[in-house]
Amino acid sequence: MKTSLSWLREFVELPAGLTTEQLDDALTNAGMEVESIVDQAATVRGDLVVGRVLTIEELTGFKKPIRFTTVDVGRAEPQEIVCGARNFSEGDLVAVILPGGELPGGFKIGARKTYGRNSNGMICSAAELGLSGDHDGIIVLAPDTAKPGDDARPVVGLADVLVEVEITPDRGYEMSLRGLARELSYAFDAAYTDPASIVTAPGGTAEVPYEVKLEDTVGCDRFSARVVRGIDPNAASPLWMQQRLVAAGIRTISLPVDITNYLMLELGQPMHVFDLNRLSGGLVVRRARPGEKLTTLDGVARVLDAEDMVICDDTGPISLAAVMGGETSEWQPDTVDVLLEAAHWDPVMVGRTARRHKLFSEAAKRWERGVDPQLTLVALERAVQILTEHAGGTADERVLDLDHVVAPASIALDPALPARRIGLAYDTEQVTALLSRIGGTVTGVDPLEVTPPSWRPDLLAPIDLVEEVARLGGYNDIPSLLPPARGGSGITPQQRRRRTVGRALAENGYTEVLSYPFVAPAAADQLGYPADDPRRSAVRLTNPLSEQEPLLRTSLLPTLLGTLKRNLGRGHRDLALFETGTVFLPGLTEIAPPPMGVDRRPTDEEWAAANTIVPAQPWHLAVALTGDAEPAGWWGPGRAASWADAVEAARIALAAAGVTPDRITVGADELAPWHPGRCAAISVDGTVVGHAGELHPAVVSAYELPKRTSVMELDLDALPLPPVTQAKRISSFPPALIDVALIVNRATSAASVEAALADGAGELLESVSLFDLYESDQLGEDKKSLAYKLTFRAPDRTLTTEETLAARDAAVAAVAARFGATLRGA
Amino acid sequence: MSYRNDPYDPKQAALLDPAALEAAVDAARQAFDAASDLDELAALKSAHLGDRGPVSLARREIGSLPPAAKSDAGKRVNLARQSVQGAYDSRQAELEIERAARVLVEERVDVTLPWNRRPRGARHPLTTLMEHMGDLFAGMGYDIVEGPELELEWANFDALNIGPDNAVRGSMDTFYVDLPGLVMRTHTSPGQVRTMLTRQPPIYVVSPGRAYRSDELDATHSPVFHQIEGLVVDEGITMAHLRGTLDHFAKAMFGPDARTRWRPHYFPFTEPSAEFDVWFAQHRDGPRWVEWGGCGMVNPKVLVAAGIDPERYSGFAFGMGVERTLMFRNGVSDMRDMVEGDVRFTTNFGMAV
Repeated sequence: MKTSLSWLREFVELPAGLTTEQLDDALTNAGMEVESIVDQAATVRGDLVVGRVLTIEELTGFKKPIRFTTVDVGRAEPQEIVCGARNFSEGDLVAVILPGGELPGGFKIGARKTYGRNSNGMICSAAELGLSGDHDGIIVLAPDTAKPGDDARPVVGLADVLVEVEITPDRGYEMSLRGLARELSYAFDAAYTDPASIVTAPGGTAEVPYEVKLEDTVGCDRFSARVVRGIDPNAASPLWMQQRLVAAGIRTISLPVDITNYLMLELGQPMHVFDLNRLSGGLVVRRARPGEKLTTLDGVARVLDAEDMVICDDTGPISLAAVMGGETSEWQPDTVDVLLEAAHWDPVMVGRTARRHKLFSEAAKRWERGVDPQLTLVALERAVQILTEHAGGTADERVLDLDHVVAPASIALDPALPARRIGLAYDTEQVTALLSRIGGTVTGVDPLEVTPPSWRPDLLAPIDLVEEVARLGGYNDIPSLLPPARGGSGITPQQRRRRTVGRALAENGYTEVLSYPFVAPAAADQLGYPADDPRRSAVRLTNPLSEQEPLLRTSLLPTLLGTLKRNLGRGHRDLALFETGTVFLPGLTEIAPPPMGVDRRPTDEEWAAANTIVPAQPWHLAVALTGDAEPAGWWGPGRAASWADAVEAARIALAAAGVTPDRITVGADELAPWHPGRCAAISVDGTVVGHAGELHPAVVSAYELPKRTSVMELDLDALPLPPVTQAKRISSFPPALIDVALIVNRATSAASVEAALADGAGELLESVSLFDLYESDQLGEDKKSLAYKLTFRAPDRTLTTEETLAARDAAVAAVAARFGATLRGA
Repeated sequence: MSYRNDPYDPKQAALLDPAALEAAVDAARQAFDAASDLDELAALKSAHLGDRGPVSLARREIGSLPPAAKSDAGKRVNLARQSVQGAYDSRQAELEIERAARVLVEERVDVTLPWNRRPRGARHPLTTLMEHMGDLFAGMGYDIVEGPELELEWANFDALNIGPDNAVRGSMDTFYVDLPGLVMRTHTSPGQVRTMLTRQPPIYVVSPGRAYRSDELDATHSPVFHQIEGLVVDEGITMAHLRGTLDHFAKAMFGPDARTRWRPHYFPFTEPSAEFDVWFAQHRDGPRWVEWGGCGMVNPKVLVAAGIDPERYSGFAFGMGVERTLMFRNGVSDMRDMVEGDVRFTTNFGMAV
């Protein structure tokens, strides 16, 4: 909503020295978002004066016609000015900005030589003054409006303050001067004149000026109309009206149309003007029939919906009610007889129609937010008065008014409720005063019976009245008080786990990224998922931002690889990224949830049934690495990131999640998108929770990533929560260390050898660590040597050599039995 | 060995002369003091303290003295011996200190050499900021609740009094999916709906997390963003409690000078409703009010849809954008920096925000 301060002042007696800051505060505290407050006088700096053109000399020989003028600007000597416009004559009054002045946009005016002449200043167009871009040429003032040398600002309409505010969707009444002035009258405790009370409108008459049949009183609960005949079709809108419309950002079109727009701004009542002679037969106001067609004013042929309301004559629909008129019945430049219509439409219907047809007209915006249903006759009377004043014609004395408006119901308000909800001691007297002030009628004592004014359809429940008390009383007067402290349980184990895992990875060199979860259908192929891979089954956005990426990720990897690639593209070479986020795993059903109302809690059964259709969205963790895991430096060469780092990332995460190493197993697996020979399945308590390793070369190539890029992905929600850890007894006796080197087949995994050692060694084994891996055909074909350091220790004694050796032998025997291992050098 | 019967030899006994002994001690002290390192000192040891050293030789002469002079001479020899030993020991101590100091000098290294062999990573500032916010409320007794990002339309809209005709339910604002009755949640409030459906008041919760709106990514908008929202439902809750909570939150986030300003606003799920600004003194463009979020008293319709008696209980709710908070609190000027995942952006924050 845009308007000017001078117009507002017609209805509210604002303080004379009102600053833009005060105005801003008042509008903001009333609940409006102030988009801008522009003091027009300050937009043009320096001398902007009225001038009279004395002489015009046409300069020739330039690319475009140029005029050299002398202009009387009220000074001793005429001002010499070069001007490119041609829409003026000698003797015309014009607006001149003199050297030293500055136009909007910081355009400074100086004395200069141009086209071979001196030019001291500039004759201004409306666009140059920031007024509007509608007219060609410079501003030519009406004769005798001012004398040369006068400040031109008031004359050209640059003396006002322009206000633009955004209105919340519940307060339609603020989309009018009537409502804005009312709000400002509260803020400044200023006298208010309701523009709807300026004229006394005649009521509906028994005989109607035009036959109208209202068939749907839900979609339209009031339809009023007046007729004026014999107007001057050439009558122009008065300048003040044009200026106010321009200030509001509305194009001027013709006197009848301008009047309806002007009154929509002033009162908040959208209206429509029909050419009486282009209507054939009586009007019918009804729902559209499915498939009915109407070409609206914007030239678009529209197919109507059964919910749309239309105004029809004998030819069918002639207006998409409340939203936009039709081409056939519209005012034309030769219109002399008009039918003025002011109705009241169902806001829900208008909202749906506007969205359906994507027609968000000024009228539709007001209807959707709610319009006072008691304005139709006032608006018509004002329209008739202004029209006949400026265009002559005769008003038909008959008034059509089909009124089915239901008066607003009164609301029973516990007078103590405002204080109870706001936390500020409002007494009954204050509550009554504030609610009366917004136009409500308050009767009764306890409860108070509050009837909201007709322009406040948003006031329906006691809490709505509480809001008005709080708002008018001042939000910023509400005290600041913490609720009493209470016991909480702190963050959940799952939340703590995500934090510690994130922290552990960051401390181990990984940088967290947060990717959008949108992926392309092609990602499943790029990742090499088999045709029947469940990860191919993804939820699809019906209105994705990018048609290329309509799917919700079922794995973090495709989006994480995208982020990896973006970093590579920015010149990073050594990267270790991690992400924790949800993936979306659609279930098999596509049934709709049971319908659940809002007038009661859903039953447990309804709620459970609804939740069965919500796809599982577990938290996953993924890492991606490329380049060096440890950089080269003055200390020596770096170490390239590999599959082993990816597996270690899983161990780091699991350790941070409180999973002890004895519960983790790492085994070889084959799963896309990993390299089939370099893919580890990570299990906890025997359940696979994720995979790690090097990406398949085909995937690396499909994503155009560096070779050997390695990744890991875990289902964090699949991890068991850490149990209460039991303390371990620490032996104070010395350890016994023995090294063993075992020769096994190369295919035998280190993890299984270690497990066998541990099983065989028994309780005395404290730890096993692999300190050497050696592969050579000298060991035998396809053999390798694994060298382990075994640490033995007893809780209660120093181990004897015999005991230690026996345990060592048992460990080796177990590996020999399981894998045919031999002791190296034995 | 006894020299008791040895004939007295005055020439031999000359070594026992006090002046000779004194000279021997002086000579030893001078020699020791001249030693420049411990090796030189050690080499001098036998000449002055060894069996052939002057004092040792003087001791041998004691036997040749008449018995009456032996005791006196013995004392002199012992004193001389102690003096020589003392001179040796003190020089040795001096040289040891010198050597230790020299070793420290020799072992000096350039401690400014880099040693970033294990690069550190970093956590995303949105994550750490949400944790920081969550911890603050956890400290006030709130629980941190979550919910699915792909959410029931009923929980995201209907239960929050966002009726079927509300414009935000249109595809211009909301992502829909190919499954009926589901949307990408447009705020984290459905998590609070879930809480109200499964817990009885008193309810004190915050729900941080991801939300989705179908805006194109630009410097100030992202289709995927983060919010933290709070909900309190209890007996006797007023707007004053809401104000106190937000003021406390603002001070914790922005320092003791922070305060809030409310502007009346409209939200379907709260009544009365407000948007609130925070006075941010550290703003890089100077102290100013910065729009921070929305709040209000829980609309009784929302309580009814969740099965909570609106006569007995009242509540407040608030919410703010985490990205927005990070933007002005930490001076991030472009939303895209937060979503593109460039490691330079995140590394800058390290482990804290």
